[in-house]
Amino acid sequence: MEVRAIVVSGYGFNADAELAEAFRLAGAVVERVHLSELLASPQRLESARILAFPGGFSFGDHLGSGQVVALLCRRRLRPALKRFAEDGGLVIGVCNGFQALLRMGMLPNRDSGLGGGTWTIEASLVHNASGRFIDDWVEVEFEAGSRCVWTRGLSSRSLPVRHGEGRFMTRDEASLDSMEAEGLIALRYAKGDNPNGSERDVAGICDPTGRVLGLMPHPEAFLIRENHPQRRRGNRDRPGIELFEKGVGVARDSS
Amino acid sequence: MRIETYFTRPGLDGRSLGPSQIIARALSEPLRVEIVDVVLTDSILPLSLQREIFSDPVVQGIAGGPAPELALFSGWDWLVEVAYRPGVTDTLALTAREALDIATDGSAQERLVQTARLYLVFAEDAGRDALKRAFRPLWNPLIQSAVFISRAEWEGGLRLPELYPRVELHDPLVPEIIDIAALGDSGLLELSEARLLALSLEEMRAVQAWFGKAETIAARAPKGLAAAATDVEIELIAQTWSEHCKHKIFNAWIEYEEAVPSGQGQSRESIDSLYKSYIRATTEELRALRPDLLSVFTDNAGVFAFNDEYAICVKAETHNSPSALDPYGGAITGIVGVNRDILGTGIGASPLFNTDVLCFASPSTPDAEVPRGLIPPRELLAGVHRGIVDGGNQSGIPVAAGAFVFDSSFIGKPLVFCGTGGIMPLIVNGKPSWEKRIEAGMLAVMVGGRIGKDGIHGATFSSLALDEASPASAVQIGDPIIQRRMTDFLLEARDLGLYQGITDNGAGGLSSSLGEMAETAGGIRIDLDACPLKYAGLSPWEILVSESQERMSLSVLRECAEGLFALARRRGVEATAVGEFTDTGSIELCSGGRTVGLIDLEFLHRGVPRLMLKAKWEAPHIGPAKLADCGDWTGTLLEILADPEVASKESLVRQYDHEVKGISIEKPLTGVERDAPSDGAVLKPLYGDWRGLTVTHGINPRLSDHDAGTMALAAVDEAYRAHIALGGDPDRAVALDNFCWPDPVETPVNPDGQFKLAQLVRACRSLREACLVYGLPLVSGKDSMKNDAFAGGRRISVKPTLLVTLVGIIDDVRKAPSTDLLEAGDLLYIVGRGQGCLGASILERVLAARGEGKLGPCPVARPAENLELYRKLAKAISGKLVRSCHDLSDGGLAVALAESCLGGRLGAKVRLDDLPMSGGPEAETGIPLAARLLFAEDPGRFLVSIRYGDRERFERSMSSIRCIGEVGGEPRLEVSLGGRTLIGAALGELERAFKTPIVQGD
Repeated sequence: MEVRAIVVSGYGFNADAELAEAFRLAGAVVERVHLSELLASPQRLESARILAFPGGFSFGDHLGSGQVVALLCRRRLRPALKRFAEDGGLVIGVCNGFQALLRMGMLPNRDSGLGGGTWTIEASLVHNASGRFIDDWVEVEFEAGSRCVWTRGLSSRSLPVRHGEGRFMTRDEASLDSMEAEGLIALRYAKGDNPNGSERDVAGICDPTGRVLGLMPHPEAFLIRENHPQRRRGNRDRPGIELFEKGVGVARDSS
Repeated sequence: MRIETYFTRPGLDGRSLGPSQIIARALSEPLRVEIVDVVLTDSILPLSLQREIFSDPVVQGIAGGPAPELALFSGWDWLVEVAYRPGVTDTLALTAREALDIATDGSAQERLVQTARLYLVFAEDAGRDALKRAFRPLWNPLIQSAVFISRAEWEGGLRLPELYPRVELHDPLVPEIIDIAALGDSGLLELSEARLLALSLEEMRAVQAWFGKAETIAARAPKGLAAAATDVEIELIAQTWSEHCKHKIFNAWIEYEEAVPSGQGQSRESIDSLYKSYIRATTEELRALRPDLLSVFTDNAGVFAFNDEYAICVKAETHNSPSALDPYGGAITGIVGVNRDILGTGIGASPLFNTDVLCFASPSTPDAEVPRGLIPPRELLAGVHRGIVDGGNQSGIPVAAGAFVFDSSFIGKPLVFCGTGGIMPLIVNGKPSWEKRIEAGMLAVMVGGRIGKDGIHGATFSSLALDEASPASAVQIGDPIIQRRMTDFLLEARDLGLYQGITDNGAGGLSSSLGEMAETAGGIRIDLDACPLKYAGLSPWEILVSESQERMSLSVLRECAEGLFALARRRGVEATAVGEFTDTGSIELCSGGRTVGLIDLEFLHRGVPRLMLKAKWEAPHIGPAKLADCGDWTGTLLEILADPEVASKESLVRQYDHEVKGISIEKPLTGVERDAPSDGAVLKPLYGDWRGLTVTHGINPRLSDHDAGTMALAAVDEAYRAHIALGGDPDRAVALDNFCWPDPVETPVNPDGQFKLAQLVRACRSLREACLVYGLPLVSGKDSMKNDAFAGGRRISVKPTLLVTLVGIIDDVRKAPSTDLLEAGDLLYIVGRGQGCLGASILERVLAARGEGKLGPCPVARPAENLELYRKLAKAISGKLVRSCHDLSDGGLAVALAESCLGGRLGAKVRLDDLPMSGGPEAETGIPLAARLLFAEDPGRFLVSIRYGDRERFERSMSSIRCIGEVGGEPRLEVSLGGRTLIGAALGELERAFKTPIVQGD
């Protein structure tokens, strides 16, 4: 069965081409749609089972990373996004897309239960502790007990990171404790490989349905083995496409 | 009102770390700085709206009332607020306005929105003057204002501004009339100087003569124009005739003479244009062999075929003068500017990768040695680097490759080379993508940002030497986000066929873009009143020449216009018809409902008088070399590894995004720990094709102290050698030439102009020689000819510098080797024969710092001898015989060994006995053999490792190779000669030296 995925573009998102390619390699039928088209015709979401927000610098991250896109989506796309989630659609935000999902409140959206939820803003991605943008490959581990359907059963591997604002923060310890307890942490940086000072090495989280995922690393920039910096050393890491295959598989089974 | 966004807990804001360190270092005391983001607006917003738009509720708060006093940050000692001066592009404010627009459904249109950054400084003992000095890296007075308020002043009631001044102009909108006919020679020169036209007396006379011609007067009369010129016309001519746009030196007649050694008289040559004789001729000669060349000479960038479906185009520019004044803005504008060149190539290409090569004086130059009025190199480096980080990363274009070069001659002007490669389908809407249609009757449409006073006279300014009075208006600050949005829109419009021709607005603004397009069409009428402005009050000439950023010019069939404008509206991009292409043979400029300028295209583009220049070459005297044998050279190697040019740039390079687009194969940093330098980039542009691109550079200004011709040969050889080392196809590479020269025109203030011109002639000859041998067509290039500064009462000129950027094809990226050693037991080979010359080497520089003398002649690249060897190596790589390959360059064999060992975290045992070398013996050269073997930077050589079992096959397939040792053993680098140890160093020692911070305290 055909799984349609929409990859959002425009307004300074810039990693949409490789994200679309990742979904294509994972078996989805992909359409790149300018966010202005989605705002003008939210019903376009109805044809898709997966919605993906790519990396980039939407609106220059000028008022905070993902801030203005989140404002746009909260103000103009919220009913359609809610319906999409409630109907069992899958959502992924990579890097800037993750930042936007947090600022929208679509993540962690802890009271979403079976979808919906109040979109309370509870977690944040702030400037890296070093104060610098970083481009590197880091070791990432996927949480075995996570509810996330995108990462279920994935083995740890190296993935590229490249961001200036990737330091995961919650309002307080208790909030992070309960996110952990609820299985909302989807992936972490391996010990000693945390590039940005994120609390408890968190690299990505999901909502309680497990269908909405946000992550800082870029699995879509690890399309083929030759992207890997140890390409000549017979690295055993499987490309990041696996994560998209999981998502497409879940979308196929649930539709 | 002021809207102040702060982080609710200290330590949450990573951005404050850098400023804290900068201020603490300058004041020599530990202290803390916190940042508050400020939006200023002339309207009142409820707190709930402020919070929603301007803060992240998890970590940030909005200060109300007289805060930040009330906020968490009590206890500060100084408030420092930095804001842009009126008229300087404030990109944050544009976004803030757009956000307000979203949140209030469009009612923000008339609001004034500004932004500022407020620093809270926790430093009890800081005095105002010391603090002002300390803030210099965070505050460029040329483009920003800063307010300093002490705790005591605050308590006395002093507050920060509620709004900053904005541009309020009341200039006359009517053009000024300039009675050029009435001016004598001195009057003409005064006019050129007063208006920053940068035109010579001869050129001014040519302008005067054209206005005085009977045909000119007859053509003007019906349009209501007097015989006198308008300022719009004079400015249009000056922009078009600027060195920047017309390359007058490269097109000059040159009488070259050369003193021949030992009194055998002189050799002379008359050169009819360096460009025609050496650049264009080279490419034309190679064209027959290169059917992949699709478009050269005519467009923004050269275009060549990548495969059966796609074409690649590539271009590099410099942005030296603006970067000297505003390092951040200059660099960011350089990047987004060259991105636009690619977007404006053919029918529009999509930027694929960026390159950047940066030349500064040593970042550890003490402030006392920096001439007054110049920015210290450490700050230039930091600012330019930050500009490249923001410009490239925010555009979503990976930085593929680059280099840092340090030489004291760059203290007057840094060299900032920005390059971009682009990709486009071969066929777009049924037509070849590398061609554009610009025809009479089509609309001239401007797309993107609005026009302001920023960047007026950039083109003419870059044609002048830098001095303390250089105009601030010549500086612009590019906005990668506005440009990204415009780029997405244009590529979409391209594929929908909504426009027919495109070019970028760079130097000279509309005067240059529409002026060039008009040449194709046969004329244009420009309506200056139709051009969208940032603010009212610009004179017509300013509208025409402003270099306000993020703009492209299109030719649009009338039937396409409506569709184009509708798409632009949906994408939030401004597109405006500003004129119409005609076939009148002239540029007609209209303002205020009447014609204010009428310039004949033939005169405009071909009327500039040709320069007649003299060049005189006399080879500099290179004294004999003398160097004592120090036995163990380990210490010297460690010093060379710590030289800023060789030392690790990881902390800088890691801040560039080189992974976006998912096309990166060979990255700037390589090896087990991803910290060893690679020889260049390998990219895989298409997801479904294993074919790749190599991107490499060659640059070696130090050699210009000996001979700029040798310098140029070395640059070509280095770039091509790296292409080979990465596995590139020897027959499928193209080159770009970017010349940065000190003024080569002799004048009373530039007495050695003839020598500098002779250096240019020799560089061009050598460039041609090497490119013909290696089969490298020069597909685009650029020259920057006035890299001099007057400061502290002296003239400081850059060393003549040619950057060669090379882009080539590798048929299968899976075959690309890297520089790092792979496995113990592999064999090490040196490929290529050395000369053992040490003049102009890094060793010479390092020893000079110790007070040693010069090291004699420099090595000279021999392309004709190298070519066969390069081809054999390419074949060996393609046959998977080569496990690692590193080209020998700065620091010679010793540095290559150290880098390859570090990359693989593997030791090596190397014996240098019986290495063939073509230079003379020690007695002749005055330099110990060991130093020559270890540190000579002779071009044409590689360090290669292979599997032990491939030994016979490799040796059979190669020539000029010598096995020098094996990989593995102890984690050490051991190098011996005749049983004597030359170098013995643990990898940890090499790593520490290599990772010496190039900026002290970093």
